[in-house]
Amino acid sequence: MRARPRLADGTGPVLVVLLILLVVLAFAGPAYAEPSGYLALLKRAAPLVVLAVGQYFVIVSGGFDLSVGSLVTAEVVVAARLVDGDDANTWWVIALLLGCGVLVGLVNGLITTKLLVPSFIVTLGMLLVLDGAVFLWSGGAPRGALSPSFRVLGRGSADVPVLGQVPWSVIVLLVVVVVAVWFMRSGTGRMLLAVGDNENVVRLAGGRVDRLRLLAFVLSALLASVAAILLAGFAGVSAQVGEGLEFRAITAVVLGGVLLGGGRGSVVAAAAGALSLEALFSLLNLLGVSGALESAVQGVIIIAAVAYAAHGAGLRQILRRPVPDTA
Amino acid sequence: MAVTHGTPGAEHPVAVVRLEGIEKSFFGIPVLRGVDLSLHAGEVHALVGENGAGKSTLLKVLAGVHRPDAGRIVVRDEEVSFAAPRDAQASGIVIIHQEFTLLEHRTVAENVFLGREPVRRGQVDRRAMETETRRLLDWLGEDGIEPGTSVARLSVARKQVVEIVKALSADARVLAMDEPTAALADNEIELLYGLVRRLRDRGIAILYVSHRMREVFDLSSRITVLKDGAFVTCAPTADLDAEQVVRHMVGRPLEALYPERASHPGAVRIALRGAGNERVRNLTFDVRAGEVVGLAGLQGSGRSAVARAIWGVEPFTTGTVELDGVPTRVTGPRTAVRKGIGYVTEDRKGEGLALRQSVRDNTLLVRRAACRGAEARHDADLARLLGSVAVVARSPHQEVRYLSGGNQQKVVLGKWLAVRPRVLIVDEPTRGVDVGAKQALYRLLRELADDGMAIIMISSELPELIGMSDRILVMREGALAGELPAGADEETVMALATGHGAAA
Repeated sequence: MRARPRLADGTGPVLVVLLILLVVLAFAGPAYAEPSGYLALLKRAAPLVVLAVGQYFVIVSGGFDLSVGSLVTAEVVVAARLVDGDDANTWWVIALLLGCGVLVGLVNGLITTKLLVPSFIVTLGMLLVLDGAVFLWSGGAPRGALSPSFRVLGRGSADVPVLGQVPWSVIVLLVVVVVAVWFMRSGTGRMLLAVGDNENVVRLAGGRVDRLRLLAFVLSALLASVAAILLAGFAGVSAQVGEGLEFRAITAVVLGGVLLGGGRGSVVAAAAGALSLEALFSLLNLLGVSGALESAVQGVIIIAAVAYAAHGAGLRQILRRPVPDTA
Repeated sequence: MAVTHGTPGAEHPVAVVRLEGIEKSFFGIPVLRGVDLSLHAGEVHALVGENGAGKSTLLKVLAGVHRPDAGRIVVRDEEVSFAAPRDAQASGIVIIHQEFTLLEHRTVAENVFLGREPVRRGQVDRRAMETETRRLLDWLGEDGIEPGTSVARLSVARKQVVEIVKALSADARVLAMDEPTAALADNEIELLYGLVRRLRDRGIAILYVSHRMREVFDLSSRITVLKDGAFVTCAPTADLDAEQVVRHMVGRPLEALYPERASHPGAVRIALRGAGNERVRNLTFDVRAGEVVGLAGLQGSGRSAVARAIWGVEPFTTGTVELDGVPTRVTGPRTAVRKGIGYVTEDRKGEGLALRQSVRDNTLLVRRAACRGAEARHDADLARLLGSVAVVARSPHQEVRYLSGGNQQKVVLGKWLAVRPRVLIVDEPTRGVDVGAKQALYRLLRELADDGMAIIMISSELPELIGMSDRILVMREGALAGELPAGADEETVMALATGHGAAA
C-alpha cells in the first residue's frame, strides 16, 4: 500500500508524444543521429522546462502566472546593466536576481490571496508593470554586458565523470525537475494539488490555503529567475528575450495534460510538455517551416490539448465509472 | 383539458404512462431489474426505496435520459421510445429536479418560456409571455408570484412553483418530483402540499419520490416500493402503514440497523457554558467520552450553527467552551483541528473531499494540513486507517470521485481519524449513503465512541438520530429547547423542536 504509482494520471500521452517527436527528429535531421544532438536539444529546452515547472505549481493550485515572460526580460536586462561585463559582479547579481524573483512572486501571491484579485489579472498587471519598467529603465535598448562567468550557466559545460561534458543548463534542469518531483510527493505538494481541486476542503481541514498559493507564486517567479539566468547566458541580452515565454510555458504545461483550474497533473508531464514543444519547434525548423509559424503552431497546440483534456476526461470517466450512485 | 379522474382502486383508471418490465444495467451491473410502474391522471403516486434502490435511474428512464435495456414505455396506450429528454417532454413527461434549472437573473415569465419565447414582429413578445404565465399561475392558485419579478428574488418554494409552471406551459401531463421537499424550509412544505393537491385535482399525474414517510402518507394515493433495483410492491396508500413500507424498502426489521448504545460514558470531553454567537445563544451542555449525543431541530434551528461555532468557522462570541476541562478558544478550523475537534460536514462534496485527489491523499489531508514535521509526514498507518473505516476502493490511488457515496463518507471519517480527535461532530453523516453503508457508518461511530471519543451527531432523519443517540438535545430558534433521554419517540422530539403540542 506504500507503493506509489510509477506515473501520475495523464503523464502517459505526453510521454508518447515526446517519444514520437524524438524518433521523428532522428530521421529528419542528421544532427540527431548522435546523442549530442539530443543533448543540444535538452540544453535549448532547459529554460522552458524550468519555466514550465514553475508555471505548473501555479496552475495546479488553481491559478495562472502570466508575469514570467516579462520577469525574464526584466532580469536579463537588469543583469546586463549591473554585471557590466565584470566577473566580480557575477555572484551577487545572480543572488539579487533570485531575490527579485522571490519578491515578484510574493507580490503576485499576496495580491491574489489577500486582495482576492484573480491571479490571471494580477499577473497580467505584473507583466505590464515589468514591461513598462524595463522600457523606462533601458530606453528600449539594454546597456551593459554579461560577464563570461555569468554566461557559463547558460552555455558552458561541466565535466561529469562517466558522461563527459554535460551542459550546465542540463544539470540545472535535472536538479529542478528532481526537486520538483520530490516536492510534489511531499505532504505540502499534495496539499497544493488539493488546493487547486477544492480549497474549501483544505481550509476546513485546518490547512493554510493562502500560504500554499503564495508558495506556488514564489516558486514560479523563482524558477523564472533561474530561467532568466540560463537564457541570458544562452541567448544573450535583448529586450525581447522573454517575450511570449509565459504563453509558451502555459502551452507546455497544458500539453503535459495538467488541468487548467488546478487539481490534476504531474510535474514530469509538465516538463515533458515543455520538452515536446521544444522538440516540435526544432523539427519544424529542420523541415524548413518558417519560424514565424511558431506562435500559430503553439496556438493550435494549446487549444487541441485543452480540448483533448476535456474529451479525455469524459472518456476516462465513462471507462472507469463505478456502479452509478442511484439515489 | 379533458381529463378522466383516476381514483385509487377504480376499475379502469386511465394510465397516462406505463412502464413495463424496465431493465437497465450499467457496465454489466443491473440497476433496474424488471420494474413496473403506471401513473394515472389525477393521482399522486409515491415512489420509495432506499438509496441505491434504483429510483433515480427509473426517473431517468422515464425522462428519456437513459434508454432501458429491456421493457416498454407506454404513453396513452402507445408504445414509445425516448432517445432524449426532449422526446419525453414532447410526450408530456417532465421531471422536477431537486436542483432547479432556472436562470436567476431573468423574470418568472422569461424562465417559463426559456427557449420557446413567443415572437411578435421579430421580437420576443413579453406581454404574451407574461399573460400566459399569469394564466397558469392563476390556474394553480398561486397568486403571490408576479410574472415580471426576477427569479433571484423568489423563495425556494416559489422557485419550485416556477419550475412547475414551466413544465405546465410545455403541456406536461406527468410531473415527476424528485425529493421536492429536500430544499424547502418546514413552513414551505405545507405550501408544497397544497400545490401538489391542486395539480392532482387538475388531472396531472404526479410521481412523488421521497424518503420521508410522512409526506408519502400525507399526499399519495398509491405507493410503489423498489428495493435493489427490483419492484417490490405497488399498493394503495390506504392499505399500507409506514412500518410496512419501511420493511418492504429495507427488507429486514429496522432495529438491527443501529448498534447497542453506550453502557457507561466517561469523563466530560467538551463542555459549553452559555456559549452563543449571532446564530445561536446561551448553549450549555456537556458531551462525555463514549457518548453519542444527537442534536435535533428543524432546519434553521441552529443545529449546524452549533457545529460550525464549536469548530470555529463562526466562533462563539459569548460564553466558554472547555475541552477536557481546559477552557479553550477556538478561532478557526485550524485551531479546532489542533485542539482535537473533527467535523464531518453536511456538504461532503463541497467541504469534505478533494474529489480529484486519491483516497490516500484525502485520508491524509487533515494530518498534512494541520500537523507539523514528522507527524504530518507520517503515513505508515494508512492501511490501518482505511481498514478501520472499511473503505472499498480499487486502490489507495483511486480518485475519490469514483467511489460511492458511502465509501466517500468513510474516507471523510478516515481523514478525521488520522488526527485522532477527542470530539467528533458529524452532520448528516448518512446523506446519500445506501442502507448497507449506513449500517457500517453507525457501527463505526459507535466504535469510535466506545474508544473514548465524544460524538455529536446532527441529522434531520429522526429515526436515525433516535436510533443512535445516548441523549438528544433539541434545538429551537437558536437555543436549546430541551434534552431527551435515549429512545425518545419522534413525536416528543418534534414537539420540542416546534414548540407545539405536549412537551415531554
